[in-house]
Amino acid sequence: MSLSTQDRRARDTPKPPVTTRAAGDRPVAKLPLRYRLRRDRTLILMTLPAVALLLVFAYVPLAGNVVAFQDYDPYIADNAFEAISQSPWVGFEWFQQMVNDRLFWSALRNTLVIFLLQLTLFFPVPVLLALFINSFVRPRVRAVAQAILYLPHFFSWVLVVTVFQQMFGGAGLIAQTLREHGHEGFDLMTDPGLFKFLITFEMIWKDAGWGVIVFLAALASVSPDLYEASAMDGANRWRRMWHITLPALRPVVALLLVLQVGNALTVGFEQILLQRTAVGPGASEVLDTYVWNVGITNGGFSYAAAVGIVKGIFGLLLVLGANKIAHLMGEQGVYKK
Amino acid sequence: MSSLLSGLTGPARPGTRGRLRPVWEEEPSRAGLASKGVVLVLVCLGVLFPLWVVIVTSLSSVKTITEAGGLVVVPRGITFVAYQELLSGGQVTRATLVSVCVTVAGTLFSMAVSVMCAYGLSRTGSLLHRPLLMFLLATMFFGAGLIPTYLVVQGLGLTDSYLALILPSALNVFNILVLRAFFMSTAQELIESARIDGAGDFRILWQIVMPLSRAVIAVITLFYAVGYWSAWFNASIYISDPEMLPLQNVMNQLVLKQERPTGLAQVINTGHLSPLAIQMAVMVLALIPVAVLSPFVQKHFKQGMLTGAVKG
Repeated sequence: MSLSTQDRRARDTPKPPVTTRAAGDRPVAKLPLRYRLRRDRTLILMTLPAVALLLVFAYVPLAGNVVAFQDYDPYIADNAFEAISQSPWVGFEWFQQMVNDRLFWSALRNTLVIFLLQLTLFFPVPVLLALFINSFVRPRVRAVAQAILYLPHFFSWVLVVTVFQQMFGGAGLIAQTLREHGHEGFDLMTDPGLFKFLITFEMIWKDAGWGVIVFLAALASVSPDLYEASAMDGANRWRRMWHITLPALRPVVALLLVLQVGNALTVGFEQILLQRTAVGPGASEVLDTYVWNVGITNGGFSYAAAVGIVKGIFGLLLVLGANKIAHLMGEQGVYKK
Repeated sequence: MSSLLSGLTGPARPGTRGRLRPVWEEEPSRAGLASKGVVLVLVCLGVLFPLWVVIVTSLSSVKTITEAGGLVVVPRGITFVAYQELLSGGQVTRATLVSVCVTVAGTLFSMAVSVMCAYGLSRTGSLLHRPLLMFLLATMFFGAGLIPTYLVVQGLGLTDSYLALILPSALNVFNILVLRAFFMSTAQELIESARIDGAGDFRILWQIVMPLSRAVIAVITLFYAVGYWSAWFNASIYISDPEMLPLQNVMNQLVLKQERPTGLAQVINTGHLSPLAIQMAVMVLALIPVAVLSPFVQKHFKQGMLTGAVKG
C-alpha cells in the first residue's frame, strides 16, 4: 500500500468517539452504522468469495430438493434449472412410493447394520489405541508410532480398497500363500456374507489411527498432579486409569458418540460404491449408494431426491436427539444448551 | 524401525539416558514392556506391510513376479520398468498430470478463499459478523444431498470441466472455523499497532496474521490438498471424457476393475512388463505424495484438529 493511499484512508475514516471503545474491538455503545461499515467493509469483502461458494453449492442445492415433489424430466430442457421450472408437480407421490419400496427398506437395513458394526467394532479402537500409545513414555516411540498410524487416513478410498484387494482378494497375498501350500484360495472381497465386516475392517485400517489424535490430546491435558497424588494415596496403575484417565476421556467419547450417531445414516459412501459391483447391491446397498444408483445411474432424479430428503431429515433428528441425550447425561455434546 | 525398537527394549537405566518415568510411578516389569513393544510393532506392521508388498511388487521384474506367483514380499533385484512405461506418456501420465494440476490449483483456491473468510470473521463485533458466521455454521447441519448438487453443477454447465472437480468441494467449513479460531488468538496488540501504522486488513492478514499462523496453515493446506488428491467420486459423475480423468479414477479402472491400461498392451503381451507391476506402480504413484508430505506436518495435527472444536 503506498503512502498516499494510507494518508487518504486515514483522512477518510471518521474517528470514533473515544469513550465508546473498550479494549479490543467490542463496542460498548453501538457505533453509528456508517462508521462500522467504513471500518469493517474489508472484512465483509473478504468473506464474500466463501459466502458465494456456499450459496451456490450448499444453499441453492438445498432449494433444488424441490425436484422431490416433481416428476423431474432432465430432457425437457437443455439446462437443469429450466428443466426444474418446467417439470410437473406431483406432491408427495415419491414419498408414498418409498413406503412400498423393498429396495429402500433393504438399503436402510444395511445402513443401520453397518452403523451398529461401526459403533461396536470401530468406535472403541481409537480409545484403546490412544491408551496404548499413551503408555509409552519415550517421545520418540510415540512420534514414530503416530506417524505410521496416521498414514492410512491420508490415503484415498480407492487406494485403501485396492490395498485390501491385494491382501485379501482372490488374487491377493493370502490366497496366493494358501494356494502355494496346497490349500484352497479364498476371496474376502467378493463374499456378500462378510462384506459388512470387511468394510468395518477397512475403516479401522484407514481411520482408527487418526482417531487416536483427539484422545491423546485429552490424555495430555490431564494434570500429572492428579496421578501423583493418587499414587501417593496408594492407587495402583489400574485404579489410576479407572479413576483419572477414563473420566478424563468421558467428554470426548460423548462428543464423538454424538457425532457418530448423528452420522448413522451416512456410512462409508465412497468405500461401498467402489466395492458395490464385487459383492452385489443386496449386501452392500446403503441409503447413499441407493440415491446414487436410482438418481445418477438410472436417471430417477425425483425419487432419489426424495430418498435423500428423508435421509437428511432423519439424520438431523438423530443429531438433535443424540445431543439431547448427551445433555441429559451431563455432557456437553456438540453444541451448548 | 531400529529407532522404534531401541525405545522398547526396557526401562531407561538411571544415569544412561535419564529417567523418563516420574519417581512415584511403578517400574513396569520387563515382560510387560516387551509384550507391549511386540504389540506396537505388530500394529505398525499392519499398516506398513501391505504398503511394503505393493512397493516391492511395483519394482519387481516379470521373472520375479512369476516366481513369486503374484505379489512379491522379498525383493530380488529392482527394476523401474513399470514406472518408465507408465510415465512415458499415455493414460497414467495424463491422469497424474491432471491430478497434480487439480490438486495444486484447487488447494491454492481453497486456501485463499478459506483464509480470507476466516480472517473476515475473526473480529467479533464487526458489522454482520454474527449473520455471516451463522450462514457458514448452518451448512454444517444440513447437506443438500447428492441429487440437487448434481443438478446444480449440471445446470451451471460445469460438467466435463475441471471446475467441477474444484468448486463444489472447494470449502470445508470446519477448516475455516479452525483457521478463524487461530486468527482470533493472534495478539490483538500487533494488529492494533499495525492498523495505527496505516496497514489495511489485507496487509495485516498477509504480513502479520498469516506468518504467525504458519502451523495451522500448513495443516489445513495438507487437509485440502489430500482431499483434492484423493477425490474420485466427483470426477466419476461429472467427467465423461476418459482423457480428463484424474489418477484415482484411473487407478480404480486399472486395479479394482482390472482393465488393461491403454497403449501398454504390447509391452505386456511381449512379456516385458507384468500387468501386476503396472497396477502396483499406479498405486505407489497415488500414495507417494501423501506418504511423503503428511509426516512433515504431523507435529501440528493436534492444533489443526482441536482448535476449531474448542472455540467453534
